[in-house]
Amino acid sequence: MSFTVIMKRELHGYFATPIAYVFIAIFLVLSGVFTFYLGNFYERQQADLIPFFSFHPWLYLFLIPAISMRLWSEDRKSGTLELLMTLPLSRSDIVIGKFLAAWVFAGIALALTFPIWITVNYLGDPDNGVIVASYLGSWMMAGGFLAIGSCMSAITKSQVIAFVLCGFVSLLFVMAGYPLVLDLVRGWLPQTLIDMVASLSFLTHFNAVSRGVFSLQDFLYFISIIVVWLGATSIVLDMKKGA
Amino acid sequence: MIEVSHLTKYYGDFAAVENLTFKLVPGEILGFLGPNGAGKSTTMKMLTGFLRPSSGDVRIWGSDIGKDSLSAQRHIGYLPEGAPAYEEMTPIGFLEFIADARGLSGVERTNRLDETINVMSLQDVLGQRIETLSKGFKRRVGLAQAILHDPDVLILDEPTDGLDPNQKHQVREMIKGLSRDKIVVVSTHILEEVTAVCNRAIVLAKGKIVSDGTPQSLMEMSPHHGAVTLQSSSTSLTEIAEAAGLITGVAETLVTEAGVTIVTSEADTTLFSKVLELSQSKGWKVDSLSVESGRLDDVFRSLTEGEVR
Repeated sequence: MSFTVIMKRELHGYFATPIAYVFIAIFLVLSGVFTFYLGNFYERQQADLIPFFSFHPWLYLFLIPAISMRLWSEDRKSGTLELLMTLPLSRSDIVIGKFLAAWVFAGIALALTFPIWITVNYLGDPDNGVIVASYLGSWMMAGGFLAIGSCMSAITKSQVIAFVLCGFVSLLFVMAGYPLVLDLVRGWLPQTLIDMVASLSFLTHFNAVSRGVFSLQDFLYFISIIVVWLGATSIVLDMKKGA
Repeated sequence: MIEVSHLTKYYGDFAAVENLTFKLVPGEILGFLGPNGAGKSTTMKMLTGFLRPSSGDVRIWGSDIGKDSLSAQRHIGYLPEGAPAYEEMTPIGFLEFIADARGLSGVERTNRLDETINVMSLQDVLGQRIETLSKGFKRRVGLAQAILHDPDVLILDEPTDGLDPNQKHQVREMIKGLSRDKIVVVSTHILEEVTAVCNRAIVLAKGKIVSDGTPQSLMEMSPHHGAVTLQSSSTSLTEIAEAAGLITGVAETLVTEAGVTIVTSEADTTLFSKVLELSQSKGWKVDSLSVESGRLDDVFRSLTEGEVR
């Protein structure tokens, strides 16, 4: 249970600096802008939160790297990584602790969008089960983005590079089911592998979720994305140790 | 007990540390000496398990730092170079985090926190953010986290770097005050520190051990070990130097502002009385007469630069 020690410290770290407040403010403003202006929340005249959730992949694409970029880069740069890695804590405790803190933090930001949920309930009679499922799905997807970002941050001590790398790799995952990515691999990969790449798409999985169809399959998909990328984080840290 | 055998670290083709072998037993305070880039920090990072050696191994109280790192690391308190800490935290918050990470709980946790804060005199800054503290206090916070769990092995990378003379003195007293059943490894490029706190000194140059012994034996390697310096304000120093040069066994005489330094080719414990006799028979007015214990910086230079040539 040592990961809770790390998680507690990291979470405290977010709120001890302006990072948390700036992030939450920007997240709330942007999700509002997307929902009302780009999503035509009112004009649609429908009591659901599809316009709100369907922009989350794009919102996360550049906001999540802003959280994840500091996960390891900052510790490596300031030297606290050396402190952390020489404490009698297992690697996985540190990796999981840091990830969970970031994930809980993203969850707090997401939860603070609750006024939109109140709004839609005031204006109409939405299916609240669907909304809860969508919130859960959005949070799972945020975890996927964060796990990718954790690995990218472990690679470098520059937060800027970590940000850019995370944004880029995340974009590949978001778009994996679309021509942008598929055209790159079509032609030299066998069809089964192309289908595999396509099935890795955040968008494909999340589109179902944002309509309230949160199947076990989508849930397992995001869980495995998280597990795989946290495993990769651990491997990168280990490689750096031997470098 | 720490056993280091054939410890080697390569960065690409560059050997940062090469084939270090040594053993430390409780009670030893080892000073790691060497110019910048000699491999002191790299060695310490391997001792604590932050870096993996290219070859060789480290055992802390029987536990291999690579294979059984957690039980080895439980024995170690470590101050990394530059005393890194989470700058946005307060010293008390930071130390509580370290206590939790080290698995301290209950009365033991409270007692260890109180004692460490006392030893490091941190009471007045406990609630201040670490980033606002002076360099001296930051260093003390770093030392505090290292000694918090009362470790058997204390590894300190340049613990007095950047401190003022009073703070340096405090840190040295703290190290000397640790109980006799501990092992302390201190890296430094300040030579006086070695004679002040250590009972063993290893000199590193270009990643290799060039000397391993007591600080005393290091001083004895100095050509000035046992030399006699005579100061006189009324007698001509050159005249003294000339006469002293005729004493049997004297290799050279140096005239400086500090007086005439008479250096023998081989250590000679009777030199002092010989010089005293001579000065009396010649009727020199002697202001002071002293025996030098050796010049560590000369030894350091000849050991570490000799390796370069």
